[in-house]
Amino acid sequence: MTELLQQVVDGLGRGGIYALIALGIAVIFGVMHLVNFAHGELITVSAYTAYALFVAGWNWWLIAPAVVLTAGLTSVVIEFVAFRWVRGAPDFTMLMTSFGVHFLVQAAFVMYVSANFRQFPRPGWIFETWKVGGVSLEVFDLLVILFTLLTLGATYWVLHRTMFGMSLRAAAEDFDAARLMGIRSDRIIRGAFALSGLLAGVAAVFWLMRSGQAGPTAGLSPMLKGVLAALIGGLGSLSGAVLGGVVLGLAEVFLISYLPESLVGLTDGIVFLFIALLFVFRPQGLITVRRAERV
Amino acid sequence: MLEVESLTTRYGAIAAIREVGLTVRAGEVVCLIGPNGAGKTTLLSTIAGLLKPSSGQISLGSDDITDWAPDRILRSGLALVPEHRRIFADLTVNENLMVGGVTKTATKRAELLNQVVELFPVLGSKLGTSAGYLSGGEAQQLAIGRAMMAEPQLLLLDEPTLGLAPLLADVVFDLIGTLRTAGLTLLVVEQSARRILEVADRGYVMRSGEVVVSGLAGDLLARQDLFDTYLGRNADSA
Repeated sequence: MTELLQQVVDGLGRGGIYALIALGIAVIFGVMHLVNFAHGELITVSAYTAYALFVAGWNWWLIAPAVVLTAGLTSVVIEFVAFRWVRGAPDFTMLMTSFGVHFLVQAAFVMYVSANFRQFPRPGWIFETWKVGGVSLEVFDLLVILFTLLTLGATYWVLHRTMFGMSLRAAAEDFDAARLMGIRSDRIIRGAFALSGLLAGVAAVFWLMRSGQAGPTAGLSPMLKGVLAALIGGLGSLSGAVLGGVVLGLAEVFLISYLPESLVGLTDGIVFLFIALLFVFRPQGLITVRRAERV
Repeated sequence: MLEVESLTTRYGAIAAIREVGLTVRAGEVVCLIGPNGAGKTTLLSTIAGLLKPSSGQISLGSDDITDWAPDRILRSGLALVPEHRRIFADLTVNENLMVGGVTKTATKRAELLNQVVELFPVLGSKLGTSAGYLSGGEAQQLAIGRAMMAEPQLLLLDEPTLGLAPLLADVVFDLIGTLRTAGLTLLVVEQSARRILEVADRGYVMRSGEVVVSGLAGDLLARQDLFDTYLGRNADSA
């Protein structure tokens, strides 16, 4: 029982990060029908920002908000530079654009910074543990769970209690009907990218606290996990994205814990197999999304 | 109030509407009737800015709105209640109405919300309900109420009775009368031609993307040949 609790906490810690990344991907998919493969670049840029600020002598308490703001700003810049020109183009064109941004950002870091990963110190206190009733709780997991809940709460508040949030949800459900209500597509898409970027920034802080390194492909793995989580939850569903993230995090932790040591390396492959099976029985993911066809 | 001149809209190589002309004067109820595929919805979507015309001009008051975006057209006083209502099913009734008033200040939205709830009491009792759970008639009232939140001077209604039971369709036709009394100008696309001609001032008959006949509603109503040639049997039923 203790072991199970331990794994649940670990899984929630891991899943919380995935949930934040997936939620950002789901927000963009909702308004643009785009699976944004450039989402990982926000984490790559965040990683280099964290590295640069460390070199400049900043500590984690200052670096964390700076990383979140940088990711939000980068997301808006990517929208302005790349995606606004292909708005209204077929979904495939936007998908190709997202791949283009993904590879361009990677190439830019390789060419102008380095192909090698740069290490920076991780905060030592995150690896401390608290013993509660025999369960060993890592500060990092508790911090991730706490901040994920706070971030999700804040996101929920924005989406349900502000005009921007209601407009964003309306646009995600039926973009043209939202435009007929007077919602400005420019503003809502820019807002969606900003929100998505800020969520990626919060996720990046925790991802980087754990990895402690910046490299051209730093965002690849978190992006893939985020896309998977969004797919599991039901692409376009915001609550589904969160659920998908948690399910993915728990699945990974349970597999790592219960697989024979010789098979632990196959964890990701087995997770993919489970996801493939899920899609056989529920192609729409865990949560079904209602969406109107565009005119 | 609304002047459409020689309007053509294409889907690729196919012209869905061709050289359409139409006028709506302030305070009028004008109807647009015709068989399925006549181009009525395309015409309304083009006027509301959702589709870009390939030629022609649309004027609202003194403004040429031909190339305007939908949000700008709405701010100028023209709102469209689209076909199939297209309410936001995942949002509550209250949120749908708030989104309808997105162009207004918070104070004005609250004031408009009270007016809409007064006009549609059923919405007032379901403000916290997800719009996806509304019945067809309630959803239609929400769609119209949502458009009313923008305080339009000209309201375009696309097939407001589509999919509604006859009793609920009666409610919608009564509502059109109420909106007219409230001083709203209306352009209504409707399959039930006879019913809409009974409440409209003027009408336009479309077929295969063109306006084929237009005139005073009473005159059109009296022309049985029109129903036989262009509108068919369904036009008589509500």
